[in-house]
Amino acid sequence: MRLEPIKNPTLARKVTPPLIALSTTIVIASLLAMVAGANPFTVIGLILKGSFGSTFAILETLNRATPLIFTGLAVAVAFRAKFWNIGAEAQLYAGALVTVLLGTGALPWPSFAILPVIVIAAVLAGAVVLLVPALMKTRFGVDEVVTTLLFNFIFLLFISMLLEGALKDPVGMGWPKSARLIPEARLPRIVDGLRLHWGFGLATFSAICIWVIQTRSTLGYEMRAVGLNKDAAAFAGIPVNLVIVKTALLSGGLAALAGFSEVAGLKGSLTLDLSPGFGYTGIIVAMLALLNPLGVIVAALFVAGIFVGADSMSRAADVPTYLADIMLATALLLMVLAIMLTRFRVVRD
Amino acid sequence: MDIIDILLTASFWAAAIRIASPLIFATLGELICERAGVLNLGIEGIMVAGAFAGWMAVYSGTGLWTGVCVAMLVGMLFGLLHSTLTVPFGLSQHVVGLGITLLATSSTYYAYRLALPEVTSPPKIAAFQPYEIPILSDIHLLGPALFSQTPLTYLAFILVGVVSVVLYRTPLGLAVRAAGESPAAVAAQGLSVTAIRMGAVMVGSGLMAVGGAFLTMSAFDSFFFEMVNGRGWICIALVVFGSWRPGKALLGAVLFAAFDAFQIRVQQTSLGTHIPYQIFLMMPYILSILALVLMSRRAQVPAALMVPFNKGER
Repeated sequence: MRLEPIKNPTLARKVTPPLIALSTTIVIASLLAMVAGANPFTVIGLILKGSFGSTFAILETLNRATPLIFTGLAVAVAFRAKFWNIGAEAQLYAGALVTVLLGTGALPWPSFAILPVIVIAAVLAGAVVLLVPALMKTRFGVDEVVTTLLFNFIFLLFISMLLEGALKDPVGMGWPKSARLIPEARLPRIVDGLRLHWGFGLATFSAICIWVIQTRSTLGYEMRAVGLNKDAAAFAGIPVNLVIVKTALLSGGLAALAGFSEVAGLKGSLTLDLSPGFGYTGIIVAMLALLNPLGVIVAALFVAGIFVGADSMSRAADVPTYLADIMLATALLLMVLAIMLTRFRVVRD
Repeated sequence: MDIIDILLTASFWAAAIRIASPLIFATLGELICERAGVLNLGIEGIMVAGAFAGWMAVYSGTGLWTGVCVAMLVGMLFGLLHSTLTVPFGLSQHVVGLGITLLATSSTYYAYRLALPEVTSPPKIAAFQPYEIPILSDIHLLGPALFSQTPLTYLAFILVGVVSVVLYRTPLGLAVRAAGESPAAVAAQGLSVTAIRMGAVMVGSGLMAVGGAFLTMSAFDSFFFEMVNGRGWICIALVVFGSWRPGKALLGAVLFAAFDAFQIRVQQTSLGTHIPYQIFLMMPYILSILALVLMSRRAQVPAALMVPFNKGER
């Protein structure tokens, strides 16, 4: 078999494969639910109810989507330039670390300045963490996939070391946990009484900013050019290495905001289980969004919905929560295949 | 205990060889995939799946070697999925690989929860026992290190030789290497690049799974979460460190494992108690990154690594 590009794909061509991919994912999840001895319709129903079925559920989903929008954007920005940042997890913790470093002590600044300073510092920290693999790539030609992956492990151990040492909460009953943020360093809620913080607003705003950068700025154009064809971009006079470094700074900063918003908006302190793999899940979010910054918001809501829904489903139907991860992995693999099939036709030799 | 003394104990070298064994299997597996032109980032998840499949088979009553075969088969299945998506369909090897890792890991954990819903501590199996090779195991230092290991470790070392011979001395190996260097030339010879690459990814994934199974069936005797803990990613670094050659990759794996065994022992010395244990745990990852930086200039990457081949396209 071989693949032949389709010149003018019809609407049916564009829509059918992704729909088949989504329904196949649901069929596979149903079969797995049956293996676990549960009624698949009950399971799917419980997931929907647990994720979007009530005000509480929707707020929970929005809260869970917030860090995923940031990490999804981080990955989307990087992958667009074919810079494979798999280290959003480390950059997330860098942002969280800076947030507790600056947000727990009494800073000598007026209270209105505290949050902006923390945001900027967190973005810088994430950018610096990703700068190291980026420079290793541009200077020595070291593949960033492996370095960013390995940095995740290194950075998490570093955080663990700090939480058991210098950063340990003196009144934390011996738990590896940082002190709590001062009230001025916390992100306020969007609506009083509803458990949704301004991190979600910041995430949505960031998505719009990134969309503007990607579609309306020179940098966005250069990043796309480098991603499409490095040699052609270099030939056209684009400083490829510089663009890669800029991409890395942007991507790392975005991932760090996920850590900032989780600590300042939700948790109030830093622990080692701050992120249940938001950095890695960001890859799924970005791919499902076809690397489109505005699509990232929708994809993050979808992914967060599956996670939140699966949590409550698991308690009610006694099906392991790992069903959510299987669904997402399946959706990811089928989606990349489906998107390819919207543009190519499989021809038999 | 003094630092130098550590290096002179037989138990240290025995531990190094033991730690190296799963890395050798998985590194060989990744090397075969990459030599054929396919980066397999599914390695981490495939090792998790292999670790569980082999252990579960033995726990359900099969023999140990059957368990190894089950692990290998499970690995090959994931390899089939990976290669179907990346080879004929030419999808991004990065995205598919990470997707396979997520799929393999989550389905393994799902299966584990379903198979053993109530357990708090995972049950044990009768794992592989060390087999002392007569005469050779009596050699000072070398004997306990190299010739008093479990059968799976011997298999790992034998496989390094087998893979070397197949890659460099047989027409099949030539075809695999050519598929990773110049697929158009392979197609011109009337061979199927698709078949060669898919076969290589399946065999390679099978070996990764056996590497995972080593953890549950030889190094330890039960399965627990987070067991593989980044070993797969380290193997990808080891392939680069070994310049895509089985012998050098073996050397890299043993060096790496020796360092790992060394840091575990230093932790127990008076020096080690003054340093946070996390520093020691970071060392393997830092070492891998340093190795990548050092070797990257001299590395001879297969020319068509990560380049999909679509027949008829020029």
